[in-house]
Amino acid sequence: MADVIKKATRESYGESLKELAEEYKDLVVLDADLAAATKTGIFKKAYPDRFYDCGIAEANMMGVAAGLAACGKIPFASTFAMFAAGRAYEIVRNSIGYPHLNVKIGATHAGISVGEDGATHQCNEDIALMRTIPGMTIINPCDDIEARAAVRAAVEFNGPVYMRFGRLAVPVINNKETYKFEIGKGVVMKDGTDVTIVATGLMVNEALESAKSLESEGISARVVNIHTIKPIDKELICKCAKETGVIVTAEEHSIIGGLGSAVAEAVTECCPVPVIRIGVNDEYGYSGPAVDLLKKFGLSAENISEKVKEAVKLK
Amino acid sequence: MEDSVKKNLQKIACKVRMGVIEGTYNAKSGHPGGSLSISDLVTYLYFNKMNVNPADPENPDRDRFVLSKGHTAPALYAVLAQKGYFAEDELKSLRHIGAMLQGHPCIHTSGIDMSSGSLGQGISAACGMALAGKLDNKTYKVYTVLGDGEIEEGQVWEAAMFASHYKLDNLVAIVDNNGLQIDGAITEVCSPEPITDKFEAFGWHVITMDAHDFDSIDKAFAEAETVTGKPVAIIQKSVKGKGVSFMENQVGWHGTAPNKEQHEQAMAELSAQLKELEG
Repeated sequence: MADVIKKATRESYGESLKELAEEYKDLVVLDADLAAATKTGIFKKAYPDRFYDCGIAEANMMGVAAGLAACGKIPFASTFAMFAAGRAYEIVRNSIGYPHLNVKIGATHAGISVGEDGATHQCNEDIALMRTIPGMTIINPCDDIEARAAVRAAVEFNGPVYMRFGRLAVPVINNKETYKFEIGKGVVMKDGTDVTIVATGLMVNEALESAKSLESEGISARVVNIHTIKPIDKELICKCAKETGVIVTAEEHSIIGGLGSAVAEAVTECCPVPVIRIGVNDEYGYSGPAVDLLKKFGLSAENISEKVKEAVKLK
Repeated sequence: MEDSVKKNLQKIACKVRMGVIEGTYNAKSGHPGGSLSISDLVTYLYFNKMNVNPADPENPDRDRFVLSKGHTAPALYAVLAQKGYFAEDELKSLRHIGAMLQGHPCIHTSGIDMSSGSLGQGISAACGMALAGKLDNKTYKVYTVLGDGEIEEGQVWEAAMFASHYKLDNLVAIVDNNGLQIDGAITEVCSPEPITDKFEAFGWHVITMDAHDFDSIDKAFAEAETVTGKPVAIIQKSVKGKGVSFMENQVGWHGTAPNKEQHEQAMAELSAQLKELEG
């Protein structure tokens, strides 16, 4: 088996900003004293005149981004998901969402895989928060290739976009000629007939691993990658519900309000089938190595397989 | 300031105040007190200071205005109507279902540069606009108006730090220092004083002016023009409810609309003031 290349999507973010800067002269980057961690430092080094550190003041950063966008700039406001979606929620809602300004939010260190920093920095609620803002587009890429495509799509898109990136290096799974990214369009990564695993972010790879092992146990699992959580690809999800009769969702986020909720909402309106949600249960995280935490919280191929086996019995 | 210019501004400000009363009366809600305390200021800005044109409201070189204390939108709407951004009649549908004029400013209304009203946020957007001007080597200025209660919001000081750090000398923040907020006197609720010292400590050039004297206003903005390398804060000493006798310095008029009798009395007082100015 070929060596698996791993890369954190936050790095893809920083590199993409730098790559897009020549083409998009209005692109500017804001950060809140985390440029080394969010990887916007890569952009800062290349384009210091288009980079603004706002200091540890995320509320103001989001407002500044709004003002820049109101004057034709394309600001990428960058910080950890906890502060972008959590601390600055109301500014994102009122100063960016309500006026529907062309601000891109680059939220890194999302989810439990923040690791050792523990619960205060493990944001498992950002998708839920951002999903309630009318007109907000939410993208949660699964690997380096998708993250780059997402940043490009975001800069080309007119309107507010929340992009979710991770701290942990994750396998590159989309390195193929045919890869195509379109906001709002889910991707069938593997076909199957017994169950659909709908995954997002780093859980897409786990879903693929799970589907492989399920195959040997006689269960044919379809794997769908939902990179755009809002607007969600209802058409594809409903098609999967009809064709496979049961859905298992997998996300590195609270099971409340995230992908699982969005899928369940879609399915109840078009083709009600059982939807089993895998994610962080209604609890806080804690410190530890990211890889171990993912396992502890059931964010693994093994746990997906177990849940799938229970799910197919519900059909 | 020339007498004729001053008299003209006074007349417009009086009409703006009438617009505030008409708007809040018809809405049966809204914030007349703080709207009346900024009426002279917004009149001065739109009729004697800012480079804006109602026929070309999106011009990228125009000066920007952000009403950070967005609840005093009735004054802004009234001055925009006077300026010709929309018909004066619109003021009567303020806050009604389906109306263009929302309870707080919305960017989609002609003449409004930024949605605002959740306190503390407008000044950050104003900083972003000023920064964009610097980036594009444009000469436009950005004006934002804050309440003296509003500056209790922590975000205001994040923005104050930012504006000074990035030397946004194309930004002027006016603090409407009428001394009252919803729950009472600002010094009793949770005092933001000393306001001047705070802005100075954050690296701003601070000017104080009488909010209801156009000579004082003119002098303050002339001084603001001379400042380079730092943002300017103008602390305007104002009277909440200014121009309507029974509303002046009364905290109760922060967020209460006049009833029929109060509307009639207020309009009678303002009409008399206008008549005197025109006489």
